Amino acid sequence: MENFFKSISESFVKTFITEDRWQQILAGLGTTLEITFFALIIGLVLGFLIAIIRSTYEMNLKGKKSKGVGDVILKILNVICNIYITVIRGTPMVVQLMIMYFIVFLSSRDGIVAAILSFGINSGAYVAEIVRSGIMSIDKGQFEASRSLGFNYSRTMFYIILPQALKNVLPALGNEFIVLLKETSIAGYVAIQDLTYIGNLIRSRTYEAFFPLITVALIYLVLVLILSFFLKKLERRLRNSEH
Amino acid sequence: MSTNNDVLIKVDNLHKYFEGLEVLKGITTEIHKGDVIVIIGASGSGKSTFLRCLNRLEEPTSGKIYFEGVDITDPKTDINLHRQKMGMVFQQFNLFPHMTVLGNMTLGPIKLLKQSKKEAEENAMKLLERVGLADRADAYPDQLSGGQKQRIAIVRALAMNPDVLLFDEPTSALDPEMVGEVLEVMKNLAREGMTMAVVTHEMGFAREVGTQVMFIDEGVIVEQGAPDKFFENPESPRLKDFLSKVI
Repeated sequence: MENFFKSISESFVKTFITEDRWQQILAGLGTTLEITFFALIIGLVLGFLIAIIRSTYEMNLKGKKSKGVGDVILKILNVICNIYITVIRGTPMVVQLMIMYFIVFLSSRDGIVAAILSFGINSGAYVAEIVRSGIMSIDKGQFEASRSLGFNYSRTMFYIILPQALKNVLPALGNEFIVLLKETSIAGYVAIQDLTYIGNLIRSRTYEAFFPLITVALIYLVLVLILSFFLKKLERRLRNSEH
Repeated sequence: MSTNNDVLIKVDNLHKYFEGLEVLKGITTEIHKGDVIVIIGASGSGKSTFLRCLNRLEEPTSGKIYFEGVDITDPKTDINLHRQKMGMVFQQFNLFPHMTVLGNMTLGPIKLLKQSKKEAEENAMKLLERVGLADRADAYPDQLSGGQKQRIAIVRALAMNPDVLLFDEPTSALDPEMVGEVLEVMKNLAREGMTMAVVTHEMGFAREVGTQVMFIDEGVIVEQGAPDKFFENPESPRLKDFLSKVI
């Protein structure tokens, strides 16, 4: 029994104390959060843009002949968005990340920036589909009421459609954020020292698997719980504003 | 029957196709200032499509619509500007559920007419008092009954100070006991001289406040006239047949 506790405390010391490894873990956590945060912003911006382009196309042009330059541009943009979504959703994230790092960022080898871009572009495709489904779920009468007051298409989107769409898709968006956070754990493939990479590094240096890996898992879990908490709160607030 | 001859809306040979199906087959008519045009017809006759063409919620396939002298079917006209002057009330109310009653009513005046928030809210409150809903100013649409929603939808359109109001079956989605309160508001508007085009099945309303009744069948205006003559001495067999079924 005494040996058991002794070995546990030795493992603990090796994992966290020796060579200030707890600081490495913290640094890894910081990297994970940094990549997640910026990728999330890129994903949201890209996703909303694409969702608006795609739903505008679907509502106004789908199956119709295009008239004028504006329509042609919209048609081309829609095709580009479709290709983007197809490619991103049809290839593994790890492969996208490696392409970004080893091909696109060949000369600079700035891993973090490559990862942020890569995860952001990936998340954007999923956010786009989520937001688009939200926009398409809004009753056509909402468009008509707004247009009949004299609002043009973009102001109708901004004042009437997007606020309602966003509220409807918030749970799905929250889920996408959680997926994104966890998916950054593959950043180690391109030598980024994120939380998972550090955990694995400590495991290989100490030959102790239990503490490093369980610690990493727990940190992710806590992050996800915190994120869920705030999303729930936001959802509740948005729902209350209607009753 | 119209009290003066100022033409507000002139429709010239309006056609509308939906995927090869001809829904409107050449409609020509005029709406004068102060008119209350009641449009009746069987479902699928094209009466709602006609109304929705007037503010181009449906794009006419061919033909011209002049509103206050301007050809609004011309692609170069900014339809958004003209829509500000043409209020519309829908069967399904279409209130904005994420805004309060006051928010619904002041969005257009603030953003489009550049009224101050205070000014827009004062106007809105006056309108709400007129329809007896001042106490619901801060409610959300989900908290209102159907009749209340439609009354709000009417004053939301009125808040833009339009020159004409288009009603697309405003009482068809209401429970029977709520039809009266909405018709009452519409009757008051008509008496105050508001120009209105109303697609409805309420024949009593047509008789009482309509200045003109229009019967549309299979995409054409079959008969049009003052309500007395229209209901007492219908000329066309189709109208006779229709009236015999609905009255």
